[in-house]
Amino acid sequence: MTYKNLGLSLGVVLAMALAGCSSNKAADSANQNGANSGLGSNSSSTFDPSANGNGSNLAQNGRIVYFGYDQATLSSDGQSVLDSNISALKSGSQHIRLEGHADERGTREYNLALGERRANAVLQYLVANGVSKARIETISYGKERPADVGHDESAWSKNRRVEIVLN
Amino acid sequence: MKRFIFLLCLFLPALSWAQLTIQIQKGADKPLSVAIVPLAWNGPSLPEDIASIVGSDLKRSGQFAPLPSGNMLSMPHEASEVVYRDWRALNVDWLVVGKIVPMQNGYTVQYELFDVINQRQVMLDREVGYNDSLRDVAHAISDKVYEKITGIRGIFSLKLLYVSALRDAQGQNTYRLMLSDADGAREQILRTQREPLMTPNWAPDGETIVYVSFETRRPAIYMENLRTRARQQLTNFPGINSSPTFSPDGRKLALVLSKDGNTEIYVMDVATRELTRLTNQIGIDTEPAWTTDGRSILFTSDRGGKPQIYKVSATGGNADRLTFDGTYNARPRAMPDGSGFVYVHRESGDFHIVLQDTKRGVTRPLTQASLDESPSVAPNSAMLIYATLYGGRGILAAVSVDAGSRYLMPSRFGDVREPAWSPFVDRR
Repeated sequence: MTYKNLGLSLGVVLAMALAGCSSNKAADSANQNGANSGLGSNSSSTFDPSANGNGSNLAQNGRIVYFGYDQATLSSDGQSVLDSNISALKSGSQHIRLEGHADERGTREYNLALGERRANAVLQYLVANGVSKARIETISYGKERPADVGHDESAWSKNRRVEIVLN
Repeated sequence: MKRFIFLLCLFLPALSWAQLTIQIQKGADKPLSVAIVPLAWNGPSLPEDIASIVGSDLKRSGQFAPLPSGNMLSMPHEASEVVYRDWRALNVDWLVVGKIVPMQNGYTVQYELFDVINQRQVMLDREVGYNDSLRDVAHAISDKVYEKITGIRGIFSLKLLYVSALRDAQGQNTYRLMLSDADGAREQILRTQREPLMTPNWAPDGETIVYVSFETRRPAIYMENLRTRARQQLTNFPGINSSPTFSPDGRKLALVLSKDGNTEIYVMDVATRELTRLTNQIGIDTEPAWTTDGRSILFTSDRGGKPQIYKVSATGGNADRLTFDGTYNARPRAMPDGSGFVYVHRESGDFHIVLQDTKRGVTRPLTQASLDESPSVAPNSAMLIYATLYGGRGILAAVSVDAGSRYLMPSRFGDVREPAWSPFVDRR
C-alpha cells in the first residue's frame, strides 16, 4: 500500500508544487501519503527539476493525461485536462516535456513505442491549440517507470499516462 | 584517486548480494540418473565444491537426476577404482569421478565419465583452474559431460545479462545492469543508476554488450566492452533509441529509432556508424531480431492494426507477416538452430511465450503465467530464459524448448528482467 501511494505521490507532489493547490482526486489521495513521504524526498528526484519551479499556473489536475488500454488517442477526459491548461501552457515560456508511459501488459519495447505515441497525441493537441512546438519535447519511458507498481486494473489505469513536466 | 576508484570497482562484485536463487519447478519425466562422486583432494578446503556444482548444473537442465553423495556405495576417483555393480545397484546411468591435483598457483582437475549400463569409460579429460576460477572449472566439466551424454553443447559456462529494478520506500527507483553466471552465481553490478536501463544484448564476441540507458534523461544506445570497460554512446537521437541487437557476424546492429517521426527499424554498420533505414510504415516497427543466417530480421509491427511479427531482408524491402493467431504477437527471437522463433503471445489477456516451429509448421506455448516476456534462447537452442511475474514480483525463469523442464530464478531484491544469454565463443 505504501509503495503504491508513494509512487503516485512522487508525481503528484510536483503537480501540487506547480499548481499551488490540490483538489482533484488523485492529488488528494497522494497528498495523504505525501505528508509522510515529505516534499524533501521529492525535491531530490532527478525527474522533477521543476518542483522548485517558478510560478506556473497549470491547473490543479493538469499534469497527467490518462489513456485506455492499448490506446494512444486522447479521450474526452484527456482533452478537457489539456483544455483547462492550454492558456497557461501557451503563455508560459518554460520548456514542456511530455513523458509517455504504458502499463505493464505487453512487451517492453512495444510499450516504449506506445508511450511515445501517447506523448505525441498530447503534443499534437497542444500544438493544434497554439502551444509552440519548439518548446515541447517528448520522451517515452514505456513501462519502465510505473506510477503505481500494482498488478491490477487500478494500477494499470494510473500507469497509462502522459505526464507534463515543465522545466 | 582514479586508480583507487577503479580498484574499488574491481572489488564491488565480491561484495554483491547473491541476488538470484534457483528453484527447480519441474524436470523431464524420465531424467537420466547421474552420480558425480566428490573429487579426491588432499589439502586445505577449497573455496568451491566442484562435484556439487556439476550436479546442480546437470539437475537444472531438467534432464538429469544427480544421486546424493550420501547414497553412494563407493567413492572411486579413477577408472581402476570403479566397481560398476555398485552403480548398477543404484540404477545410475552415468558416473563422473575425478581428482584435483595441486600445481603451481592452481589446480588440475582430472575427470572421467562412465557409461554404467555398457560398463565403459566414455571420456577422460582435464581442466585447469585457480582459487578464483573453480566455478569455471566446474561449469566446463558440466558442459563436456552434458554434451557427451546428450549430444547437445552445454550452456553451463555461459553468462547472463539482466536488469534489476528496486523501488525504495520513497518510491525512488534504482536500476542496475547485472552480469552473472548462468546459474545466477558470481553476479556483478555493471551499472547502477536512477534512470531506466533496458534491453541488454551481447555481441558474438561474448565480451561486448549493448544496452539502452536513460541516464541523460533521454534514451540512448551504449556499447560497452566488459573486459576493458570502454564504453561508447552509439545513438542519441530525438525520440526513441531502443532495441539494439548485433547481427550474427557482429558487424551490424539492428536498432529502433523514432527520429524520422515514427518508430522504425534501422541497421547500423558498427565500424562506420552508418545507418540504413529498414522499415517505412505509419505503424510501430520495433523489437528487431536477426535470423541465424544474418540475412533477415524478425520484428514487431502494428501496421495491420495490432502487433504481429514480420520478417524483412536485412537489406530492406517488403516484409512478410509471420503470425496470424491472436491480436498480440511481439518481441520475436530466432532459434539459433534455424528451427523457428519464439515470441510473446497474448491469450485471453495473459502473455505467454510461444514457439513457432517453422520446420514442423506448428506453434506451441512454452509458458503459462500471466505476464511472461523477453525470451532469450540459449545458443544451443535447448533452453530459453525469460522474465515473468511471480508472487507480484518480476523474476527470471527458464524453460526447455520441449517445455519438459523449468526453473525459476527469483531475485532476493526487487524485480529482475530482460535476461540475455551470452553467445558461444568458439573454443575449438
